[in-house]
Amino acid sequence: MQLPDFMMIISSSYGLSLLIWAVISIILLYMARKPAHEAILSVSKIIFHAFRLFSSSILMAEKKLKERNKEVLLASGRAASERILEREFERIDAFVKKDLSHFPTLQREITDSVVRLDEDYQKSAEIPPAPPGWTKAIEPIASIPPSEDSMVAEILKSIKDALDKGQEKALASYRKSSEKRHNYLKDMVPTLRHINKSVAGLDKNVQTLLERSATVDRHMDEYAQINKQNDTAAQMLSSSSLTQFFIAGFVLAIAVGGAFINFNLISRPMQEMVGGSVYMMGFKVADIAALVIILVEVSMGLFLMESLRITRLFPVIGALDDKVRVRMIIVSFVFLFLLASVEAGLAYMRELLSADDAALVAGLLGGASSEGIDASGRWITTAAQMGMGFILPFALTFIAIPLESFIHSSRTVMGVVMAALLRFLAMFFRFLGNISRYAGKSLVHIYDLVIFLPLWLEGLVLNTTDKGTKETENVISSVEVAPIKKKAVRNTKKSVAKDEVIAVIEEVKE
Amino acid sequence: MRSLIISVIMVLGFSACSTGPHKAHNKGVYMLVDTSGTYTKELKKAQQIINYTLSQLNAGDSFVVASIDTGSFSEKDIIAKITFDDRPSKANQQKRAFQKKIEQYIQGVKSSPYTDITGGILQATEYLNERDTRTKTIMIFSDLKQELKKGYVRDIPFSLGNYEVVALNVTKLRSDNIDPREYMDRLELWKKRIEGGGGKWDVINDLERLDKLIKG
Repeated sequence: MQLPDFMMIISSSYGLSLLIWAVISIILLYMARKPAHEAILSVSKIIFHAFRLFSSSILMAEKKLKERNKEVLLASGRAASERILEREFERIDAFVKKDLSHFPTLQREITDSVVRLDEDYQKSAEIPPAPPGWTKAIEPIASIPPSEDSMVAEILKSIKDALDKGQEKALASYRKSSEKRHNYLKDMVPTLRHINKSVAGLDKNVQTLLERSATVDRHMDEYAQINKQNDTAAQMLSSSSLTQFFIAGFVLAIAVGGAFINFNLISRPMQEMVGGSVYMMGFKVADIAALVIILVEVSMGLFLMESLRITRLFPVIGALDDKVRVRMIIVSFVFLFLLASVEAGLAYMRELLSADDAALVAGLLGGASSEGIDASGRWITTAAQMGMGFILPFALTFIAIPLESFIHSSRTVMGVVMAALLRFLAMFFRFLGNISRYAGKSLVHIYDLVIFLPLWLEGLVLNTTDKGTKETENVISSVEVAPIKKKAVRNTKKSVAKDEVIAVIEEVKE
Repeated sequence: MRSLIISVIMVLGFSACSTGPHKAHNKGVYMLVDTSGTYTKELKKAQQIINYTLSQLNAGDSFVVASIDTGSFSEKDIIAKITFDDRPSKANQQKRAFQKKIEQYIQGVKSSPYTDITGGILQATEYLNERDTRTKTIMIFSDLKQELKKGYVRDIPFSLGNYEVVALNVTKLRSDNIDPREYMDRLELWKKRIEGGGGKWDVINDLERLDKLIKG
């Protein structure tokens, strides 16, 4: 390394010139020590505060983002709860309409049955047959003691016979009436069974209703929690969102795999339609066309799901009039069906093209004709390809459900990730701030290291000064100065220059 | 304003869509087949290579087979040429027709007394430059021994930027067996000429390595 000519103080000696420059530099640095230290420290302080400011503003942004995330989470949770509650109420409504609508009829039937039962009961009440009236009249005659008079005996016998006959008649009548009453009671059994069945059915319906109301209560509790906007609800929703995100992502990945298979099924035959060597933006037009068909199918699937109110990605479709919505269902389904048919046709064409390619390659390379290949089982692959071509578009329709979950949950996940990123940034800036602060301090020490020689000399001089100061202290103690003044002297020792100290001593002496 | 933006996007979209098959995505292959002297016995191998090349080319690619004879810088030496149709099924039909044409040619080929390889290469570059294909490959099926008729000037430098020149089945001549340096010098000479023109040089003598023939 060479010094420039203008720096060569002693032109004959490079080393000496360098040494002189070094000494000059050290002296200058020593002279500028205090302002240089201040400058270094202030710059490091500025950088430190700037980074701190950055860090605090990022933390504030993170806080706002967290609040926003919470709001979004609670809003989506509220919407989901409202949706579930709405669905539950719809179910209850349908249940009430279906199962409890015939409640008045049932009630009337039961009332009728009860009335009938009451009537039958009344009829079945036991009424003992009235004894014939003449029996009392003949009781005195019958109480006549038997005598040997044949006439009397004859009369008594005939009375006894008459009484026996009357008794038999009464017994028969009683039996008949009992049978009739039993029949009435027998008739009551099916009515009772009917009532029992009706009441059991009613009981079951009421139980179901109670269960549904318990579910509604549970959802209402959740809804109330969300409405309170407390952290527990937010945490619950957040973890639920994360789960949803990963599950929906997994299902979407499967769907993408399906779409990829679908793409491969139709991209080759598409070359027959749009050409195999036409490119757009570096991609084959045939591939783009195949991709567009698949995307159109997915869109139709989305519209179908939306019109069926299974998903709610487009509020406009959900809010459509029922008549228009049904039309939309039909239109999107028809489109889907047509596209699926087109795909099945393309899959068939693919098989034909593959067979043609195979025959050509066999002819060119092997010299064998395609007839040599056993084609008896080819219909299986053809049928399988056509079937896949037809089914996959309908299967892709169901992407809408995980897609909706994914979109909704990704808002939360993105928010969480962004918040974490901001926090990390804030930490990083804080770290940089601290580094700049300590770097400033280190630079000050390094500065002192460079000028260690003049500093060492200064130290020696100051030591001498210290000794002088101690002597001065002795003088002060000998003149017995006041304690306050002693303290003033001690403080002055540390910071004030030597001549100032002497001035103070003189003042004290006076 | 909105319609203007849409129009601009549409124009850009359509301009990005290349309408022809010859726009920087297709391959161009020009095969020179030596028909001089005893090398005609090797033409069965040339047919194999042509068939293999046909199986590797796709819709929109161009393929030419031309013979190397006394004066090869001529369109008359082109045996068969094709640019495959956009539709794969049609391209397959074209390949079959091409194969038949080559077969017929090989059956009735007559050997020429001279070998003008340089003329063939110049003809190939002229054709492929005109086709403007993305990759340009010249395959030379020859022993690379150039023999020119008196009066033919062929000390012309090549311009082979973006070209790949592959020498196939470079057979050893009787004199090569006596002094192998002749063979090596011959290969080195052609390598220098091709690379001097900016082209990429390769030699494939083992026909099992044909998979490396058509790239991209």
